[in-house]
Amino acid sequence: MDAWIVLLPLVGALIAGLGNRRLGDKPAMYITTGLLLASAVMSWIVFFDVNFGGTPRTTVLFSWFSTGDFKADWAIRVDQLSAVMLVVVTTVSSMVHVYSIGYMGHDHSKPRFFAYLSLFTFAMLMLVTADNFVQMFFGWEGVGLCSYLLIGFWFHKPSANAAAIKAFVVNRVGDFGFALGIFGVFMIFNSVQFETVFAAVPDQVGKTFHFLSWTPDVMTTLCILLFIGAMGKSAQVPLHTWLPDAMEGPTPVSALIHAATMVTAGVFMVCRLSPMFEFAPDAKLVVTVIGASTAFFAATIGLTQFDIKRVIAYSTCSQLGYMFFAAGVGAYGAAMFHLFTHAFFKALLFLCSGSVIHAMSDEQDMRKMGGIYKLIPWTYALMWIGSLALAGIGIPGVYGFAGFYSKDSILESAFAAHSGVGMYAYWLGILAAVMTAFYSWRLLFLTFHGKPRADHHTMEHVHESPWVMLVPLIVLAVGAVVAGIAFAPYFVGEHMEAFWGEALFFAPDNHVPHEAHEVPTWVALLPLLAGLVGIGFSFIAYMKRTDLPAKIAAAFGPIYTFVYRKWLFDELFDATLVNPAKALGRVLWKGGDGKIIDGLGPDGISQVTVDLARRASKLQTGYVYHYAFAMMIGVVALVSWYLVAFRG
Amino acid sequence: MTDFPILSLTTFLPLVGALLILVTRGDDAFVARSARILALITSTVVFLLSLYIWFNFDRTDPGFQFEENAEWMPSLKIGYRMGVDGISMTFVLLSTLLTPICILASWEAITVRVKEYMIAFLVLETLMVGTFCALDFLAFYVFFEGVLIPMYLIIGVWGGARRVYSAIKFFLYTLLGSVLMLLAILAMYNQAGTTDIPTLMQTHFDPGMQKWLWLAFLASFAVKVPMWPVHTWLPDAHVEAPTAGSVILAGVLLKIGGYGFLRFSLPMLPDASVYFTPLIYTLSVVAVIYTSLVALAQEDMKKLIAYSSVAHMGFVTAGIFSLNQQGIEGALFQMLSHGVVSGALFLCVGVVYDRLHTREIGRYGGLVNNMPRYAFAFMIFTMASVGLPGTSGFIGEFLVMVGVFKDNTWAAFFIATGVILGAAYMLWLYRRVIFGELTKPDLKNFLDLSPREIALFVPLIAIVLWMGIYPSSFTAIFGPAVDNLIKTHQTALLHTQQTNVAQAGASGSGE
Repeated sequence: MDAWIVLLPLVGALIAGLGNRRLGDKPAMYITTGLLLASAVMSWIVFFDVNFGGTPRTTVLFSWFSTGDFKADWAIRVDQLSAVMLVVVTTVSSMVHVYSIGYMGHDHSKPRFFAYLSLFTFAMLMLVTADNFVQMFFGWEGVGLCSYLLIGFWFHKPSANAAAIKAFVVNRVGDFGFALGIFGVFMIFNSVQFETVFAAVPDQVGKTFHFLSWTPDVMTTLCILLFIGAMGKSAQVPLHTWLPDAMEGPTPVSALIHAATMVTAGVFMVCRLSPMFEFAPDAKLVVTVIGASTAFFAATIGLTQFDIKRVIAYSTCSQLGYMFFAAGVGAYGAAMFHLFTHAFFKALLFLCSGSVIHAMSDEQDMRKMGGIYKLIPWTYALMWIGSLALAGIGIPGVYGFAGFYSKDSILESAFAAHSGVGMYAYWLGILAAVMTAFYSWRLLFLTFHGKPRADHHTMEHVHESPWVMLVPLIVLAVGAVVAGIAFAPYFVGEHMEAFWGEALFFAPDNHVPHEAHEVPTWVALLPLLAGLVGIGFSFIAYMKRTDLPAKIAAAFGPIYTFVYRKWLFDELFDATLVNPAKALGRVLWKGGDGKIIDGLGPDGISQVTVDLARRASKLQTGYVYHYAFAMMIGVVALVSWYLVAFRG
Repeated sequence: MTDFPILSLTTFLPLVGALLILVTRGDDAFVARSARILALITSTVVFLLSLYIWFNFDRTDPGFQFEENAEWMPSLKIGYRMGVDGISMTFVLLSTLLTPICILASWEAITVRVKEYMIAFLVLETLMVGTFCALDFLAFYVFFEGVLIPMYLIIGVWGGARRVYSAIKFFLYTLLGSVLMLLAILAMYNQAGTTDIPTLMQTHFDPGMQKWLWLAFLASFAVKVPMWPVHTWLPDAHVEAPTAGSVILAGVLLKIGGYGFLRFSLPMLPDASVYFTPLIYTLSVVAVIYTSLVALAQEDMKKLIAYSSVAHMGFVTAGIFSLNQQGIEGALFQMLSHGVVSGALFLCVGVVYDRLHTREIGRYGGLVNNMPRYAFAFMIFTMASVGLPGTSGFIGEFLVMVGVFKDNTWAAFFIATGVILGAAYMLWLYRRVIFGELTKPDLKNFLDLSPREIALFVPLIAIVLWMGIYPSSFTAIFGPAVDNLIKTHQTALLHTQQTNVAQAGASGSGE
């Protein structure tokens, strides 16, 4: 069954992709969606089996690599960690498939779209079920390819094409680190199998090796290299620039790939490699700082954006930061818990925004929305649920939405780390929580409330989405409502050890998961307060004193612009990397190849030859004695050289 | 194994086909048609014959198989000796596979002097296969040099506007290197008294002399590969060559250089190979980064792919000289993969070139709208070229980097940047040709791939995926040979060390 969970989406992708036009739209949609639903059902069965008392297992399909000691199989490894990912991926993916049947209803290339979606799901499942680094890398790059294809799905849009390439290339920068990490792992451990490597990690603690021109600590270096890959895939500063642009893709894609699954692959990777990171405290510091900084930084940008999808994209970026600093302080359970709950409510938010966009005749600018909550009540209600879950609202000790449990757990863990970076993460996390709530309700108020700002024509067409789109939303909303309270005891609570088994590793000196439950009360309550404060500010700014945002923006002038322009990262990279690379290419081509190599090489030599020949032809006088004289000189020269060289 | 001379048959059967074409008489149209058909039949039969080698090859034997021995110049101890091991066998198949594909690709594109063209291709096939099968240095040299002549003609006669400049540049570059190699062969013959390759592999050359011989080989092989900075003939040759010429050039001829390093430099000159490894790493790193950047700036499709070839071959040279199992197997795999992928990419260019007769990227755009099949094939090969896991390109690149990393982290670090740049220039190319709106009027009536073109791409796509998903069917072939190569190499190094110690000891005691 494990193998079928992974392979069914591939089967669907092949049928829809190769069948394409002959197959027709409807069969392609129903076959891929049906196979994914089957895969999702099996995933839940496997999840309840493995994580509640069952045993982890690995199904080897066949050998992939075998050169010397470098061996890797195509394998399906199902342990507690991958089982969690299986349910996340297949559930969200199947819901997105169903939703897309409605959302992509007017598109002309439906089979292609569904083939890509299913292919993506396959690659993502290969990633999470890998039992070695190389298969993980296969899935890693495979989801990158599908992301590229889906961002650029509307290939007639230049912006979509540019965004697709940017996503692929920036991810490649991360993969560069990941690949070097894998090479390093193989060099040190002589294996790329997780089991073998993990077993040998303790022997490498404190050792150094020769890397580039330095001899750094083995585990720290390897973990940081691998983490660079995670930064690219999970859009952490400074490799985050591709994610907001990726919103050029169709909205279901944003929900599936750029919110719930692919972008969380980095977090998954760090958790999967917890047996390595636990022995690399310095690398964990890096993870924590990068995660916390991203959580804060992305939230600030989220405050200023007007594109409904971009606001949610920055929110995703920020939430991924939370997951990373949780993993960084050693609370892998909390990181995975937030990954799990976030998948539901963030996919919900994206799909709701898709429903809004659908209703507003493809308008994405919130400045042109407003006053539509009565017209699309389902979407409105569901978006509230998603936002409540994202902001982590709940009543302590009674009930809370999904994010209430997972985000609190993360922040408590950061505090419980009792370290400098832990406090850094905690306080940035609290600030980010205020901003998260603020921009979420800013989005709700701008989109649904106030006076309608869309034109008359658009307003006439505002309509609620069909059931085929609403049902997946409701399913995801159920997740956002109950996933937190139902699973908190298992992911981070008293049943944690049984739930995770050996899949997550905690070093003996890592007490964070336990101490997280014993933090002072104010530490536990502050995140909730932060959320409420954010909502309050938002209510004042966008419902009561609607002139306030413009005034604030004006008062903060340059700072506002700086944040609105996304801290100028794009401009910085263009100026320092992209444009110089292009210019350098031109210089090397025209100057290096053209002037220097060809100029001094073949062209130069042929020029010299032609010149010499011309001069030589002048010597050809036609008189025999001239030739005879030249020959004589030659013979004399040869003989003298011979005598000097060999007889002398 | 039987005495059946399968290698000679595979090598010389194309000549028989060429002869048949030569004697065909009739009006022009008839001759052209029969030349095409005869060439296709011959090359297909040769391919099927070579499959016999594939299936009957003993995958556990690291040595030479299907050996043939005949006296040629007995007084000089120069023989006619053929044989393949795991390293050369796959290249024989690569050559026999690409030749029928090339002939099929030229079916409609070549309209003048069809007879001569087909003869040139069949002769070329003989010479290529011969190069990989020859176990005598002189025979190798003859084949190796002979390859130049039909290729020179293919570029020079059926090429584009600047074909003569390119053909001569190609010829001069490669010839210059060859002369030095001939000198090296003579010097080796002088010492060993034979040109038999297996014997020469056992012969120990003085480390000082090795360096000179090695440099002479480098001069020849580096041009063929081509390594930076002797690569500038390649973009010009590709641009002017007809599509099929480019396919063979990129697919097989570039591999002869890499094959030469593996067959001659490494086993015969082990000490010099170690000594010069830093030089190779430097040139490879420069090749990867430099030509990738140059590829970013290209406006001509074929030039872009040509520059990408130089970058990919940079991986190959680095992998070979990492001198470990992963590096060398990766280099071999990368050569095979590049042979198929770059060949296929040139075919992709050929498809649109046949329709619009320009290679300028800016003239295209939005082809996905009316050529979805073409877009699909092009996408697969683009992804294979950027080394996406699951395609053949990944296996080679990845293994090479694993191998090089073990040996030299700086080299691996720099080479790995090629993976980023490769994605940038290939996706940029793909976007400008395939994606976007279909607005240019002269593109609007393009038809999607014809059945003939589909027949070209389907086997190549299948091979690219097969190599990517189950590379073991290839690594199993050259694994034992590479293992053997490395072991012999290490023994040879040890031998030199011991000799040095002994000499030092002897001179020490003599005092």
